[in-house]
Amino acid sequence: MASSLTFHPMEQFTVSPLFGGHEVHWYTITNQTLWMAIGICCILLLLVIGARARALVPGRSQSAAEVFYSFVHNMVRDVTGEDALPYFPYVLTIFCFVFFANTLSLIPTSFAVTSHVAVTGLLAIIVFLSVTILGFVKNGAHFLELFWVKSAPWYVRPALAVIELISYFVRPVSHSIRLAGNMMAGHAVMEVFATFAALIVISPLVGVFVTPLSLAAITAMYALEVLVAVVQAYIFTILTCVYLKDALHPSH
Amino acid sequence: MNPELLKMGAYIGAGLAGIGSGVSAIGVGYVAGNYLSGALRNPSAAAGQIAYLFIGMAFAEALGIFSFLVAILLMFAV
Repeated sequence: MASSLTFHPMEQFTVSPLFGGHEVHWYTITNQTLWMAIGICCILLLLVIGARARALVPGRSQSAAEVFYSFVHNMVRDVTGEDALPYFPYVLTIFCFVFFANTLSLIPTSFAVTSHVAVTGLLAIIVFLSVTILGFVKNGAHFLELFWVKSAPWYVRPALAVIELISYFVRPVSHSIRLAGNMMAGHAVMEVFATFAALIVISPLVGVFVTPLSLAAITAMYALEVLVAVVQAYIFTILTCVYLKDALHPSH
Repeated sequence: MNPELLKMGAYIGAGLAGIGSGVSAIGVGYVAGNYLSGALRNPSAAAGQIAYLFIGMAFAEALGIFSFLVAILLMFAV
């Protein structure tokens, strides 16, 4: 009886081709590609077309675009410093992409782009590589002072250097899995509650009690997920700023 | 070695790695609680420190993420 209505909470994360077939090659257009493209269209709509008027007194869409712009601009200036403003466009790009990918995945039946470590991992690896290269280009060998804590007593410095080195290289791991894990976990929990809500179809006697409870739980989880989607985009961006700060000012 | 036994060990390990997630939640709660107690002492300075709140939370959360990663690896990769 129950087998007719089985849901798998992880099924929603399956990458499947849009136009028939089952194999996924690098050029195959999948639901992943579709929702990434929708996200980028939203960014273009907001930041390019919405801000096209360039009015002194901004309209509705231009105000929204200006809020985005000035929010990330202030973040880069406050966390990283004035000398990081040349890298501000990159940080804004990351914030917009993650923000729209996160929030668009909250639309029912949409696909959560950022729930895949393949997506967030690539973002994090690009940040890691560019920040490391930037650190060596800007500071030369002085960049290695990041691992040599001058403020510590001399006898703990070698041990600290090992710890700092490890924590430097696990950055892309924690950076990417934090975002992917948060998105994946939230969507899976909502799917589990959705499974409970469908119980009234199988057994009305039990469902009368369970279904209203799980519908309330979905509503509450959805509110939490809206918060998580925005906060995780913010955290991903602010950590990029922190790493950028380490590259520009490596000495402790 | 017996593959069933190996699978059992991997699942027990994944469950034990879940402890790490819970302990890192204590760390995140510590960061938020200390921020709040500081913010209530000096509310005018609270708004400027909210970036550090999220950075501290992110770093405390990182170790929980590693235990989550270990659990996932034990369940699906071993």
